[in-house]
Amino acid sequence: MVFRRKCPVTRDKAGITFGERTVSGDSPETGRCLLQVDIRKRLRQFSLQVQFQAGRGCLGILGASGCGKSMTLKAIAGIEDPDQGQVVLGGRVLYDSGAGICLRPQKRKTGYLFQNYALFPNMTVEQNLEAGLRYGAGIRGDCSRQVKELAGRFRLEGLEQQYPGRLSGGQQQRAALARIFACGPEVLLLDEPFSAMDSFLKEGLRLELKQILGAYEGVSVLVTHDRDEAYQLCDHLLLMKEGRVLVTGPTRQVFANPGTVEAARLTGCRNISRIRRLGPHQVCALDWDGLVLSTKEPVGEHIQAIGIRAHDLNPLGEGEGQVNRIPVTGPKVTEMPFEWYVTLDNGIWWKTEKDIRTHEPAGFVPRWLYVDPSAILLLE
Amino acid sequence: MDWSPVLISMKTASVSIVITFFLGILAAWLVVSLKSPVWRAVVDGLLTLPLVLPPTVAGFFLLYLLGVKRPLGQFFLEYFSVKIPFSWGATVIAAVTMSFPLMYRSARGAFEQVDQNLVQAARTLGMGEWTIFRRILMANALPGIVGGGVLAFARGFGEFGATAMIAGNIAGRTRTLPMAVYSEVAAGNLENAYGYVAVMVVMAFLAVTVMNGAAAGKMGRR
Repeated sequence: MVFRRKCPVTRDKAGITFGERTVSGDSPETGRCLLQVDIRKRLRQFSLQVQFQAGRGCLGILGASGCGKSMTLKAIAGIEDPDQGQVVLGGRVLYDSGAGICLRPQKRKTGYLFQNYALFPNMTVEQNLEAGLRYGAGIRGDCSRQVKELAGRFRLEGLEQQYPGRLSGGQQQRAALARIFACGPEVLLLDEPFSAMDSFLKEGLRLELKQILGAYEGVSVLVTHDRDEAYQLCDHLLLMKEGRVLVTGPTRQVFANPGTVEAARLTGCRNISRIRRLGPHQVCALDWDGLVLSTKEPVGEHIQAIGIRAHDLNPLGEGEGQVNRIPVTGPKVTEMPFEWYVTLDNGIWWKTEKDIRTHEPAGFVPRWLYVDPSAILLLE
Repeated sequence: MDWSPVLISMKTASVSIVITFFLGILAAWLVVSLKSPVWRAVVDGLLTLPLVLPPTVAGFFLLYLLGVKRPLGQFFLEYFSVKIPFSWGATVIAAVTMSFPLMYRSARGAFEQVDQNLVQAARTLGMGEWTIFRRILMANALPGIVGGGVLAFARGFGEFGATAMIAGNIAGRTRTLPMAVYSEVAAGNLENAYGYVAVMVVMAFLAVTVMNGAAAGKMGRR
C-alpha cells in the first residue's frame, strides 16, 4: 500500500513499525511485533485500506468520525469481515483471505471495549464478570475468588450485585474492562472509550485508563476522534482519513511534525495556509494576505502548505523583532474560561493565557504577533 | 349448557400457544440471523402471510394442502392413519397458523431491539451462539416476546374463520367456544350464548393476567 507520507522513523524502541518495512521481531522483550494488520474493505463512501503493526503499548487510531477507524477495530475482533487481507495476533493468524482463514470472534481472544460498554443489562456485575471467566477463560466450577479479585482490581467492591443500569458511567467502564480482563485477552481494542461521558468525568477516568493500559502486558489499540485523549493515552499514533492512513509514528513526533495538511488538522492545528516557495527558508502564505515567513527547516519542493499552532504565536512589543512579524488587523476577541481566543482579519487564530482573576482585556491585543521559524510546520 | 366447547377451546388454545410460542421464536431467530436482506424479506413475507389473508382464505389454503385427496393429506393418511380435516387436531392447526405471524413478528421485533453490541460483546467474550440466544437475546427480548405470546394466545383462542374451514363445527369434537357462540346465536338459544361468552371473558382475562404477571416477575429484578 502507498502512504501519503511515511514517518521518518520507521522503528522505535517500543517496537512499533509502520509502512512497507516489516518487523523482524528480533530485539528482546520490547521489540516483538504482536499485532499485524493489513486489511482492505469496500465501504459505502470509500474503501478502507489500512496496514500497521504494533508491539507492546498503546497504539492510537485518530481520525474524524466515519473515517473507518472503528471498522478497523471490528475487523481485528472479527465482528466485521474485511474483503481481503491479513490479521495476525501474537503469531496466530486470525484472518487471512489468501489462505481462507477467518476465525470466529469467539476464538480470537480479543478484548473489545464497546462505546456503550455493552454490559449485559440482564445480569449483575458479578454475573457479567462470570460470563467473561467462564466463556472467555474457560473456568469451570466456582469462580467467586476470581470475581472478587477482579472486583478489587477494578474498584467494583460493593457493586457486585448491582445491575449495570444502576452504575455510573465510570463504574460501567470499569466493569466492562474487568469483564474483558476476565477473559485474558491477547489484545485490547478500545472503541472511543469516553464518548459516552461528560467532559467533567473524562479527565479522571483517562488517568485511570492510562494506569490500566500501562500495566497491561499486551498490545492495545485505542480508537478516538479526540486528540487530547490520543496524546494522553497512546505511545504511538496512526492518523486516518477516509479509510487511508495519513501518518504513523510515536505520538510526540506525530504532533511535532504531522507532515500533511490533513494530519495537521487532526492534531489540532488551526492555522494552515497554502504557500508559494520564495527560497529555501522563505515562503509566502497565500491564505494570509501574502504574508512572508521564514522557516528553520528547509522548504522542500513538495511542501504545499504551512501550519502554525495557535499557541505558538507570541505578542511582540513595539520596535521588537525583524522576521516573522504578523500584523494584528481587525482582531476579534473571544473570552474562554482560562484563555483568550483572538481571530485576525486574515483568519489566523491566536490563543493566549488570561489572568483569571482580573479578566482584564485592555491593552493585551498587541499590534504585532511573532512566530518562531522553528514553530512553523511544513506540510505536504 | 354443554361444557364440551369449553374443554375443547382450553385444550386447543393451550396446545396451540405452546407450539406457536416456540415456533414463532425459532422463526424470528432464523430470520434475524439471515444475512441476505432479499431472503429476509421473502421469508418474512411468507411467514406473515396468514396475518394478512382473511382467515377463511387461510383456512381454504389449509384445506387445500391437508385435504385427504391432496398429496400432504394423503401422506398423513397413509403413513400415520391420520385424517386431519374435521378432526380436533385441525382446530390446533388452524389456531397455530393464524396466531403464528403475531408471535413471529413480535419476537422478531423484540430481537431486533436488543443492542447488537451485546451480541458482539458476548461473541468476543467467547460465548457460543446458542448460549448467546438463551442468555443475551432471549433474556433481553423477554418483554416483547411475552407481549407477542399474549397476542398470539388471544388470536388462537378467538380463532373462527380458518377453524370453520378446516375443522368444521362438529359438536363435541371440533366445536370451540367461538364456534359454539356462533351456533347458539344462529339457533336462537341466547341463554346458552351468554354462558359461553361469560366463560370466554373470564378465561381470556385470566390467561393474559397470568402471562403478564410471569413477565413482570422475570423483569422486576432490575
